[in-house]
Amino acid sequence: MNPQAIELKDKVRSLLREGEVHRDLYRSPDVFALEMEHLFRNAWVYVGHESQIPNKGDYSATEIGTQPILMVRHTDNSVRVLFNRCPHKGTQVVIDRQGNAGKFFRCPYHAWSFKTDGSLLAVPLKKGYENTGLPESCAGKGMTPLAHSKNYRGFIFAKMNDAGPDFESFFGDSLSSLDNMIDRSPEGRLEVVGSPLRYMHHCNWKMLVENQTDTCHPMVAHESSAGTVKEIWEQEGGDGPKPMAVECILPFMSPYEFFENMGIRTWENGHGHTGVHHSIHSDYSAIEGYFDKMVEAYGEERAKAILDENRHNTVYFPNMMIKGPIQSLRLFKPIAADKTLVESWIFRLVGAPDKLLERTAMYNRLINAPTSIVGHDDLEMYERAQAGLASDGNQWINMQRLYDPAESETPNATYNGTTEAQMRNQFRAWKKFMTLDTEEEVSKEGSAA
Amino acid sequence: MTPTAQDLIDFVIAEARMIDERRFPEWLDLFAEDGIYWMPLEPDQEEEHLTTSLMYEDRLLLRTRVQRLEGQRTFSQKPKSRCQHLLQMPAVDEINHDENLYRTYTPFHYVETRFDEQTLLAGWARHKLAVVEGKLQIRCKRVDLVNCDAPHRNIQLFV
Repeated sequence: MNPQAIELKDKVRSLLREGEVHRDLYRSPDVFALEMEHLFRNAWVYVGHESQIPNKGDYSATEIGTQPILMVRHTDNSVRVLFNRCPHKGTQVVIDRQGNAGKFFRCPYHAWSFKTDGSLLAVPLKKGYENTGLPESCAGKGMTPLAHSKNYRGFIFAKMNDAGPDFESFFGDSLSSLDNMIDRSPEGRLEVVGSPLRYMHHCNWKMLVENQTDTCHPMVAHESSAGTVKEIWEQEGGDGPKPMAVECILPFMSPYEFFENMGIRTWENGHGHTGVHHSIHSDYSAIEGYFDKMVEAYGEERAKAILDENRHNTVYFPNMMIKGPIQSLRLFKPIAADKTLVESWIFRLVGAPDKLLERTAMYNRLINAPTSIVGHDDLEMYERAQAGLASDGNQWINMQRLYDPAESETPNATYNGTTEAQMRNQFRAWKKFMTLDTEEEVSKEGSAA
Repeated sequence: MTPTAQDLIDFVIAEARMIDERRFPEWLDLFAEDGIYWMPLEPDQEEEHLTTSLMYEDRLLLRTRVQRLEGQRTFSQKPKSRCQHLLQMPAVDEINHDENLYRTYTPFHYVETRFDEQTLLAGWARHKLAVVEGKLQIRCKRVDLVNCDAPHRNIQLFV
């Protein structure tokens, strides 16, 4: 094994113990750089939704890890994922988050142009490159496409490295959560609505991902927000139909027992979800006309099965979460070891009454906005943790709640809803995807010899 | 009461001062029963309900915020945030006694601070006011931030 691979493996191993993880995972710029170099290249990462780019030439710019990429609707209607970098001098080819390139991209620096599959179309003063070897150079190949991309029912994912599992093996049964969100549309189709909320956090990206399945914090950290809604609702008499906003926030104050009973499911490769049996989204008022449309589309039995599934948060490793019953998606974009941008997107269920979208939009601003009182509660805890980890007294973060030594043998399992099994599941995947590329190189070298 | 342009201007200035001086219950009473505080997420946003906003809050939600700010377990307000509004003189856009509708337009700079972090926001406040039981009240306060679509940190008080 090459020395670098051994060093990486030792480093990764030194940061993890069963039930405990080292603070460097959240604080160290070196570990962050290794995550960008390995983890975010070896895993399938969410890029965007095809409804953001309905027409040929439409593009949307984003990042995987810290690398600028874009997705674009090619002339054959397929979605292509390219590095957002001119092959010539490195200039970002598009700078706005969304737009239309027309028939081709044109770099604003020297007017090199590229087809929407990235291939080089034209270079001004082409003669100057005769007999220079341009066609064989990196630049001559045009804008580099990401090695692997997949359009799963409108959701676009990409993977930079050849190492690691294919799309289906990477996600496995966890795709059932995406399926459920999509199936909630009578037409089986979602559309992104509006811009995402963007909320800057001064903490490590993994803290945010872990919090998505942390069911022991809502009644504590959110006592200030959800608890106040509860108080005010009781002051108002606490009877009669609840306003939509009250219906959205009140369940955060459910007792421990509610969260214990709702269950947590883990899947291989770090995916998992809360709300196996019920969730804080189970008891929303029915919206007039919706069920009828679902029955019309799917038949009664199937419509009921779709709507009875009320999963809470589904984490897609490494950095995305969806809420099927709310039709929202949150992306935790790493910027630095102690800096994370959270984007919160919402979707319209095509063919469903507008009232559902109204609830989705309301939930997004009440819970996920930088102006949200629930968001304020959470950010305070993340940033206090980020600051607290500077203390040398104890360098380990505890994740032992309901730990069972046998759980690493059964990645696909369901548990009591207050377990930290999903956080441990994420770190098992973290370990795997941090070293996957170097291990595959090693095995290639081995077989060649 | 038949409000003059000066009454409208005085109202808008007094409203901002109530926030700066943390007279939140008094501030809440400026809102009509069906009054709304709206902060859009996108420039020139027209849609209120079917797309995301930063805030779209009725009196019940505003009351929740005000009560939360004083809560014993409101950890994000220990220590408390402070804020300051710097208003340009409000422009009176409409005086319509017949329809009981009065509109003003107020460019502002707003500073919010907590611990050592200070945030500067700028934008335009548009007030829709009405006379209710002899007093001016807010039907809608729309706050457009210049950088509404930027990746913000916490905004905990009221712009």
